[in-house]
Amino acid sequence: MMNIHQFDVVVVGGGGAGLMAGLYASKTAKTAVISKMYPTRSHTGAAQGGIAAALGNSEGDNPAWHMYDTVKGSDYLGDQDAIEFMTSEAPQAVIELENMGLPFDRTPEGRISQRPFGGHTNNETGKPVRRAAHAADRTGHMILQTLYQQCIKNKVNFFDEYQVLDFIMVNGKAAGVVAVELSTGELHTIHAKAVIFATGGHGRIFEVTSNAYAYPGDGAAILFRKGIPLEDMEFFQFHPTGIYKLGILITEGVRGEGGVLINGKGERFMPKYAPTIKDLASRDVVSRAIYTEIKEGRGVDGKNYVYLDIRPETVNKFAAEDGRTNPDGSKFNLTVEQVLKKLPDIIDFCRVYLGVDPVTQMMPIQPTAHYTMGGIPTNKFGEVVIDDKNTVMPGLYAAGECACVSVHGGNRLGCNSLLDIVVFGKHAGLKAAEYAKTAEFEKLPENAESAALSGFEALRIGSGKENVFDLSNEMKNVMFSDVGIYRNEKDMQNALEKVRELKKRFKDILVTDTGKIFNTELLNAWELGNMLDVAEVVALSALNRKESRGGHSREDYPERDDKNWLKHSLVWSKNGKLEIGYKPVVITKHQPKARVY
Amino acid sequence: MELTVKIFRYNPEKDTRGNYVTYKIEGDANDRILDVLEHIKGKIDGTLAFRRSCAHGVCGSDAMRINGRNHLACKTLVRDVGANITVEPVLGLKIQKDLIVDMDPFFDNYKKMLPYLINGSPLPADGRERLQSPEDRARFDESTKCILCAACTTSCPSYWANGEYYGPAAIVAAHRFIFDSRDEGAAERLHILSETDGTVRCHTAYNCTEACPREIKITKAIGEVKMAMVTGKLD
Repeated sequence: MMNIHQFDVVVVGGGGAGLMAGLYASKTAKTAVISKMYPTRSHTGAAQGGIAAALGNSEGDNPAWHMYDTVKGSDYLGDQDAIEFMTSEAPQAVIELENMGLPFDRTPEGRISQRPFGGHTNNETGKPVRRAAHAADRTGHMILQTLYQQCIKNKVNFFDEYQVLDFIMVNGKAAGVVAVELSTGELHTIHAKAVIFATGGHGRIFEVTSNAYAYPGDGAAILFRKGIPLEDMEFFQFHPTGIYKLGILITEGVRGEGGVLINGKGERFMPKYAPTIKDLASRDVVSRAIYTEIKEGRGVDGKNYVYLDIRPETVNKFAAEDGRTNPDGSKFNLTVEQVLKKLPDIIDFCRVYLGVDPVTQMMPIQPTAHYTMGGIPTNKFGEVVIDDKNTVMPGLYAAGECACVSVHGGNRLGCNSLLDIVVFGKHAGLKAAEYAKTAEFEKLPENAESAALSGFEALRIGSGKENVFDLSNEMKNVMFSDVGIYRNEKDMQNALEKVRELKKRFKDILVTDTGKIFNTELLNAWELGNMLDVAEVVALSALNRKESRGGHSREDYPERDDKNWLKHSLVWSKNGKLEIGYKPVVITKHQPKARVY
Repeated sequence: MELTVKIFRYNPEKDTRGNYVTYKIEGDANDRILDVLEHIKGKIDGTLAFRRSCAHGVCGSDAMRINGRNHLACKTLVRDVGANITVEPVLGLKIQKDLIVDMDPFFDNYKKMLPYLINGSPLPADGRERLQSPEDRARFDESTKCILCAACTTSCPSYWANGEYYGPAAIVAAHRFIFDSRDEGAAERLHILSETDGTVRCHTAYNCTEACPREIKITKAIGEVKMAMVTGKLD
């Protein structure tokens, strides 16, 4: 019971943002990184396409264009000061990663190679620009590995396979966390001056998702239950190209290399929806296009999927039509060899899971729940802010997908997430270490562990009748169908009520494993509780926002309504009830206008 | 189709030894073995313990023995192994519960390889990236693919015989840096690998290469490290 550790800074989560925060905080403060998995298992490792930065290695580019693209991509809901900060830091962030050893792909001149990616443009011509720095099609894997390696080099303290269950708050300030050591079932209290949450997104609330099992939204749920609001939770990104039925991600990089989307009639349909940049339009635009094609009966065999085609003959035909050239002006010509070399992981996924060879056959794809734009509200330094005036909670920070700065607003551009985690992970780490220099440890309450303990124990020894697996599937089904790509009042109301019913039934959950060592059933049940809390906020926020913007599309309110809805939404849990509030969007350089690709 | 799934079970809080339990469930040829395990855990026996996360072969959490061979449960489909499936934990690492083994010794060996870029030279004066030709980048590309799943090390007979051997995965990690033109720590790592628990323990059994879900030619990489040790050269 009395396992107490003391650190200046504790980081919850061992993915890209957590490792970056841990690396930077540990330079000047005694730091620990706590992860429920071995850090290299983190979901950062699944990211494929690249990290965006206006390095201009292949063609002219500049951070101001990147900023505009991100603001437009966010459908004008992103906070422009934070976006300007992130995009101006980007080139240095990427170079720093290379200096740490990240094995980026290279141009013939030996510079970091960059490829085109959805929504990233040359602002003068409106055409795609080569801004995505990449390492084959496993850029996230390389970032995760490189950061973990740097943490090993710098002797960062790790608590591997410890699940954080609760956040300790004293006098309105951060005081630490409570975690369970998975291999023994023992509780540990980590007493700290600063706490950084980097726990990732919550795509697991949806039935078809690209997200790992590790993504039930633990950090958001823990802080939400402590009275900290969640911001913009209605904004969830459905990535256009997931493997049909499995939801496994096929990177946007395939379209960056020239791949095109084909419907059941054999037509390349994106020019209808995005005349200028076609298949490289922003993800929400492409997902809606695919959904519309399917709904209007043009899916393959009338079913709910379309094709992604990276066969060289198709790619070269459309590249010629689009007038695409290589950076040196020469004719663009994709070969089979190049596809195999640039997109090896994708080729592998399709062969393994579908029995399809992408260089000779088209890949069946459908939109998949992919990225959480909303989350724990922070300012651009990663400090958690708890109201509509952006009041900082002393000692509490958040970074990465679990945070909402907001740099992605209503929709995230590809390759901006890897950038987000690196930039804001670093700054949260620096800020936390700086705070820890002068802050005092808050005195731990007598019963620091008891809330976590009783919650956990209630699940473990409960003698209820509800099955975790079944309850979980009911939630995922209703969220994917009723709070998915296209939403309406009736369906969202249904989802909200269903989730509330599931929350009641969750009180009767049955956990059959009464052990302490690696009780994964108990963990799954606890994570389900988190998912239900998060799903309720998502459904409520979506129902509340009566407009369409970015990833939030409503059949009953199809237009963007800047007059009434150019604002961030906030949801608090107060005395068991959910309360909604708003805060303004920071607009500096770009006034909202119509968003066309 | 009906699947007969025999799974190794061990509860450290109750059992003195492990035993096999057989489950019969309905499954599809396209199901991942991971999906089969999740179904059994979800609907039949919630105490079944195993690690998993990404469910598509990139995180390395769910390496296990399936029908006697090391695989990632999420990358192996029912149609790859048939309707009679045996699932066991990997060999060579202490079993903690059911299919969960102690991964700490595996990660310790990784850390012994100084698995980070060693470069004491000044960074480029223009504040930009260090240059590296596409050819130099390609030289170590394969060994960057490793997801530390331990399928290779736990399929190695030399590692089974002597758990002090660093193992194939650690040597791949060393290879990744030794052959990276930006790294200057080759000599240090080769020295570590020239010890009794280093490359000398590789007897070219090839199990590692066959087990690797990322299709890294591990035996070849270990061979290149041995060559570098013998010749003192990296090319």
